[in-house]
Amino acid sequence: QKELAAFLEKEQTQAKLHSTVHTFTTMCWDKCVTSTPSTRFSRGEESCLMNCVDRFLDSSIFLVNQISQRRDQQ
Amino acid sequence: MSDFFKSAVSSPTDANARKEAIMTQVRNELAQANAQQLINNMNERCFKACVTKPGTSLSSSEQTCLARCLDRFMDAFNIVSRTYTARITKERLEDTNLGSSLGQ
Repeated sequence: QKELAAFLEKEQTQAKLHSTVHTFTTMCWDKCVTSTPSTRFSRGEESCLMNCVDRFLDSSIFLVNQISQRRDQQ
Repeated sequence: MSDFFKSAVSSPTDANARKEAIMTQVRNELAQANAQQLINNMNERCFKACVTKPGTSLSSSEQTCLARCLDRFMDAFNIVSRTYTARITKERLEDTNLGSSLGQ
């Protein structure tokens, strides 16, 4: 039973990860793939997609820090 | 299958088999949900990108565009997935390094 609980927890974490990847994919697709799809990504599109993920995470971290700063100031 | 309900006390192999069955089922269902999400997202994006003015049928150029879009969206998914997991791994390593250097 314990094995099942551990397994389910692992699978749930993975499912959450997949869900996040889906959100990022659609968000970054909308930002980066603006022209009609061709036979492969241009270098600009490809780097845009990669940057998109990192920058979003950077933004999240930055915003959280900002929020805690404002909270400390009060 | 009737053996399944017969024994009140299940042998270790029975319990093991049942556990494996549950695990396989959970894995399959999650994989299916994942694929479903991917396909739904792709449908939306590719329709938007390729079928600008819906006609009475799909033109061949629209079909070509959709086929390309399918490949591109899969590529995008892979790129995002790779970048995300690499970033998470990096953050986790930095966290543990920081923790060990602070003597936690």
